Amino acid sequence: MKLNTLTLKQVIEMLRKKEISLSDLYKDIHEAIAVDNAKLNIYLALDPEALKKAQIVRESPLAGVPFGVKDNFLTPGLSTTASSNVLKNFIPPYESTVTKKLKKAGGIVVGKTNMDAWAHGSSTETSDFGPTKNPRNPAHLPGGSSGGSAAAVAGDMCIAALGTETAGSIRQPAAWCGVVGLKPTYGRVSRYGIIAMGSSLDSPGPIGKTVYDTALVLNYIAGRDSSDATTSQYPVLDYTKNLQKGVKGMRIGICYIDHEKLKGSQVAQAILDAGKLYEKHGAIVDTIKLSDQLKPNTILSPDYALSAYTVFQRSEVSSNLARYDGIRYGHGRSSFGDEAKRRIMLGTFTLSKGYADRYYIQAQKVRNLFIQNFHQLYKTYDILISPTSPGYAMKLGATAGNPMFGEIEDMLMEPSSNSGLSGINIPCHHDPVSNLYLGMDIVGDQWQEEKILQAAYVYEQETKWNQWIKKA
Amino acid sequence: MKGKVFTTDDVKKIAQLAQIPLKSDEEQNLARGFNTTMTVVDKLFSIDVSHVEPISQVTGLENVYREDEIDKSRMFTQNQALQNAPRAHKGFFVVDQILDK
Repeated sequence: MKLNTLTLKQVIEMLRKKEISLSDLYKDIHEAIAVDNAKLNIYLALDPEALKKAQIVRESPLAGVPFGVKDNFLTPGLSTTASSNVLKNFIPPYESTVTKKLKKAGGIVVGKTNMDAWAHGSSTETSDFGPTKNPRNPAHLPGGSSGGSAAAVAGDMCIAALGTETAGSIRQPAAWCGVVGLKPTYGRVSRYGIIAMGSSLDSPGPIGKTVYDTALVLNYIAGRDSSDATTSQYPVLDYTKNLQKGVKGMRIGICYIDHEKLKGSQVAQAILDAGKLYEKHGAIVDTIKLSDQLKPNTILSPDYALSAYTVFQRSEVSSNLARYDGIRYGHGRSSFGDEAKRRIMLGTFTLSKGYADRYYIQAQKVRNLFIQNFHQLYKTYDILISPTSPGYAMKLGATAGNPMFGEIEDMLMEPSSNSGLSGINIPCHHDPVSNLYLGMDIVGDQWQEEKILQAAYVYEQETKWNQWIKKA
Repeated sequence: MKGKVFTTDDVKKIAQLAQIPLKSDEEQNLARGFNTTMTVVDKLFSIDVSHVEPISQVTGLENVYREDEIDKSRMFTQNQALQNAPRAHKGFFVVDQILDK
């Protein structure tokens, strides 16, 4: 048995019982990296001291387990580039709160994973250091922007990983790579020391092989951080504790399956089937219709969320990326890639005099409309379920000449991201011919991580889509 | 309300504001890309938001204060601050001259 194929839960238990050793675990992880990394381009940097650091923390809760960490978390001693030439060879002088907390709990950063440059995209194809390929089928993209982290989990090159999501960047690559990705509520996990993209949206979170694994990682990275004023005092729970509570009595709304991009699709059918499964387990399940206006028991069309997101995301990008002047660190602004240039410039336009009122303010009104819509819906429903992405992972090269590629692939997650909600992707179908997966997105209200994890756990236990994990 | 159409002159002006150096063959492509993106953005004006306030954050937090104290654990030494600077001189960052002599 290859130890790198185990889940986080299995590895921790087996290390504790001394059934396996850290050196054997790291040997198998590094062997997988040596065999596949050159082909799949998942890790941009590796820590040669990882095993040594693991042995020091072997008695800690995470027992020295190797994690893949997206290359926008600042990690002193290990280069951090956000996959951009602007930050090529940059060694951060301070550490992100999340990696600091992960290390404190005994997690080890085995390497930094590839991403869309500056997290701008949904393919990991816009990385200045070349695309990552999907380990399930290397002719296909892993999704993004946390594509390297999702691929590292799917390819058994780490036990679990960290990503960040602005709108879909954890859940969509998790869907395309057939793994579990948890986007916590905005403000649940600190953004301090993470290269900023859309500051009002950015949410760091775990990617793992199972629902339990993501819940466990969330336990150690969530919480108020005095260095990030947008983090909440809302109590951090033990998210693994009530995982098996079930969905009896839970009110579940099925969303977006009447959207024109999904009508009659395989993924829409998978979500309807999930609804039936939940009903069988005692949940009360309804289908919610799409609407073009705020009306009781309807959900606003994600098309409007896409329009609004495009405006305020570009605006926040132009502001956040203004700091890269090549004076204090990094290379000059001529080193930005095409996608970053497009986003910075469009955001400069939407924030410029005369246009800010027209576009930026209008977008923020639409954002508020979505928040009100969810506020109403969560009076009736505990969780909402929908497809994560309209289809399977696309082929390499799919982004060429499409300036809106990312937004369309992420569209179904933009309403919940814009509103700061919690969401989790769980594999909901597998195509045996292509070996690719579809994903279901389970969305909860703010601070309702426990509920979405409970629902995801029921689905995971009752379906076969997560059975790629080798049973120990 | 809609209909912003980008020309290469608009692109040049925005590039200057954003300090993005462009090659001339990029201007046309960017203008075309922006026009594609604006067809998506313009959908913003087909939904009724007449009774909605704009919102820029979702946490509901208000007036988050901290003590006005120096946190030395978050301070860089001069060496740390300069460790990634492409050009440094006697403990300072070197910048290009922007004023004429």
